[in-house]
Amino acid sequence: MKKFESPDYYNVDDLLSDEEKMIRQSVREWVDEEVLPVIEQAYQKAEFPLHLVSQMAELGLFGANLPEKYGCAGVNNVAYGLMMQELERGDSGIRSFASVQGALVMYPIFTYGSEEQKDYWLPRLARGEKIGCFGLTEPDFGSNPGGLQTKAVKDGQSYVVNGAKMWITNGSIADVAVVWAKLEGEIRGFLVEKGTPGFEAPETKDKHSLRASVTSELVFQDCRIPAANLLPNARGLKAPLSCLTQARYGIAWGAIGSAMACYDEALNYATTRIQFDKPIASFQLVQNKLVYMITEITKMQLLALQLGRLKDQNKMRFTQVSLAKRNNVYHALQIARMARDILGANGIVSEYQSMRHMCNLESVYTYEGTHDIHTLIVGEDITGIPAYS
Amino acid sequence: MNVAVCMKQTPDTEAQIKISDEGTSIVPEGIKWIVNPYDEFAIEEGLRITEKHGGEVTLISLGPPSVEKTIREGLAMGAHKAIRIDAPAVPSDPMVTGRALAEVLQEGHYDIILFGKQAIDDDHTQIASIVGGFLNLPVVTVVVELHLDGNRGTAVREVEGGHETVSFPLPAIISAQRGLNEPRYRSLKGIMAAKKKPIAVKTVNLEKEHLVIEKLSYPPPKKPGRIVGEGPKAVPELVRLLHEEAKVI
Ligand SMILES: Cc1cc2nc3c(=O)[nH]c(=O)nc-3n(C[C@H](O)[C@H](O)[C@H](O)COP(=O)(O)OP(=O)(O)OC[C@H]3O[C@@H](n4cnc5c(N)ncnc54)[C@H](O)[C@@H]3O)c2cc1C
Repeated sequence: MKKFESPDYYNVDDLLSDEEKMIRQSVREWVDEEVLPVIEQAYQKAEFPLHLVSQMAELGLFGANLPEKYGCAGVNNVAYGLMMQELERGDSGIRSFASVQGALVMYPIFTYGSEEQKDYWLPRLARGEKIGCFGLTEPDFGSNPGGLQTKAVKDGQSYVVNGAKMWITNGSIADVAVVWAKLEGEIRGFLVEKGTPGFEAPETKDKHSLRASVTSELVFQDCRIPAANLLPNARGLKAPLSCLTQARYGIAWGAIGSAMACYDEALNYATTRIQFDKPIASFQLVQNKLVYMITEITKMQLLALQLGRLKDQNKMRFTQVSLAKRNNVYHALQIARMARDILGANGIVSEYQSMRHMCNLESVYTYEGTHDIHTLIVGEDITGIPAYS
Repeated sequence: MNVAVCMKQTPDTEAQIKISDEGTSIVPEGIKWIVNPYDEFAIEEGLRITEKHGGEVTLISLGPPSVEKTIREGLAMGAHKAIRIDAPAVPSDPMVTGRALAEVLQEGHYDIILFGKQAIDDDHTQIASIVGGFLNLPVVTVVVELHLDGNRGTAVREVEGGHETVSFPLPAIISAQRGLNEPRYRSLKGIMAAKKKPIAVKTVNLEKEHLVIEKLSYPPPKKPGRIVGEGPKAVPELVRLLHEEAKVI
């Protein structure tokens, strides 16, 4: 098989350091050799390829932009983004795993945890010995997490948690859940370990999307956790939202990977598939689709790269992340649909990957703030008028 | 064990090679440069030796400052340090490269010196043997299995139609063949650490090149295939053509 080369219509590579390119190349090779050969079957069987976790840890992909002190790689945010791009070129489920582990579990422990919590959890999560999940969404509170109803009550040297979370990536395979619950009316973060009595995490089955990823419910019934499992420094909704900003940043890059995979497949197919005695790429309608794809991919690349440079300079605003997540996932989804279309009937079978990306991106479009919620976030930012309710 | 691995920067295996106007070199622009794939087997083997027996892996590469980019890729795999032997360009005469490498290798007192069996750009397949000649050390080429034990080693070599197992005293020179090992991925930590590892620059007197490239040319364009018929009936004609026209049987 020909090695994958990312499209680079605007010489964006010239804006990357050697180190950033080396990191991208290493993750790319790993995805080519370890993910692509197994992902279609995993997707068909609706299984997360768990054996990849230790390999991802070995590569240093978990919490890669967190400091070396905790066993992380300490790469800059552009390199982190390129890594997410390559992972999602493999599958959104693989990227989701890394996003949750790094941005939604390690990041809150790193940012809001006690020294003991950091010292215990971060190296283990980085080594992939422990898997984490992040429970914010509830059956009745998705776009509006501020209304969440899971409750924690202090009782001596422990907290008693009651409530339910829904749509939680990695839930059933996680050793630790970062759970957001109200303590005396204020949103706080708690670390709930697998096996704690009163805590169950049944898997959500029969998904049409993100099939190579575990999605679960988290159910807490008088679940008693030690007082030391409260994240001491996370107070209010802005704490979980700050984690989502980290994860959305990675998604903005990840979407480029899916889009590149679909474009690559569609371009190859269009230049070799003959209809009416010509490659279908010779028809103007098909060219129009391919040109849309490369145009949007190029814009996505530049958008993500500048966002990354801003993040590395500590100048990134969360509203800029909303704009990038919204734009990049939207266009990745359009590109995946077009690629599926160009592939004709072949586009619906597992020999081709565009439809898998397309189905995955439907989840990515919804999770971490739906497309429309990001519209409202940017809308409020530029007009000063909130339009959520 | 004090291990040296000599490595070369080569164009990527999938690079589109263009010959420059003067006809004796290739156009470097637009080429993606990589660690010669056979040298990656050598680096991996060096790392495994030091992981088992202790010691350090030193990478050695001859060329202009631009080769430091691929030296860093070797360091990112885990090699401890590197030496770049400064040269205005990578010589095309293997004797010149071999003599320069031998001079620097001599100073390092290495227990084992690893090479790739050949560089995929000029395919001379000579350097390991030339260096062995200069240093008066045993040279084991095309190695697919290597074991070191105290001051001796055994290696399995690929030979026509089979394998040959040889034993030899250390220090020795090994050239790596595909199959020797599976080179590791460069981890993000390894890549970050490579930035801080030292690359010493040495100068040696490079002798004059005696082997001079006179002309580079492209391979002849592939002729389109021909279908001579279908099923068993086509076999006699196919055999006749393979014998008389293609002259391969
Ligand atoms: C595969 C998958 C994995 C997930 N993983 C996690 C996880 O690990 N952790 C976690 O906490 N959550 C996770 N989620 C949940 C995800 O974040 C939510 O699904 C998302 O926030 C949307 O919430 P909802 O599904 O309740 O939709 P709703 O909020 O009910 O939205 C439904 C529709 O209404 C629109 N809408 C809602 N409010 C407004 C408004 N004010 N104005 C205009 N339109 C509006 C939305 O845009 C959307 O189109 C995951 C979801 C999926 C599908």
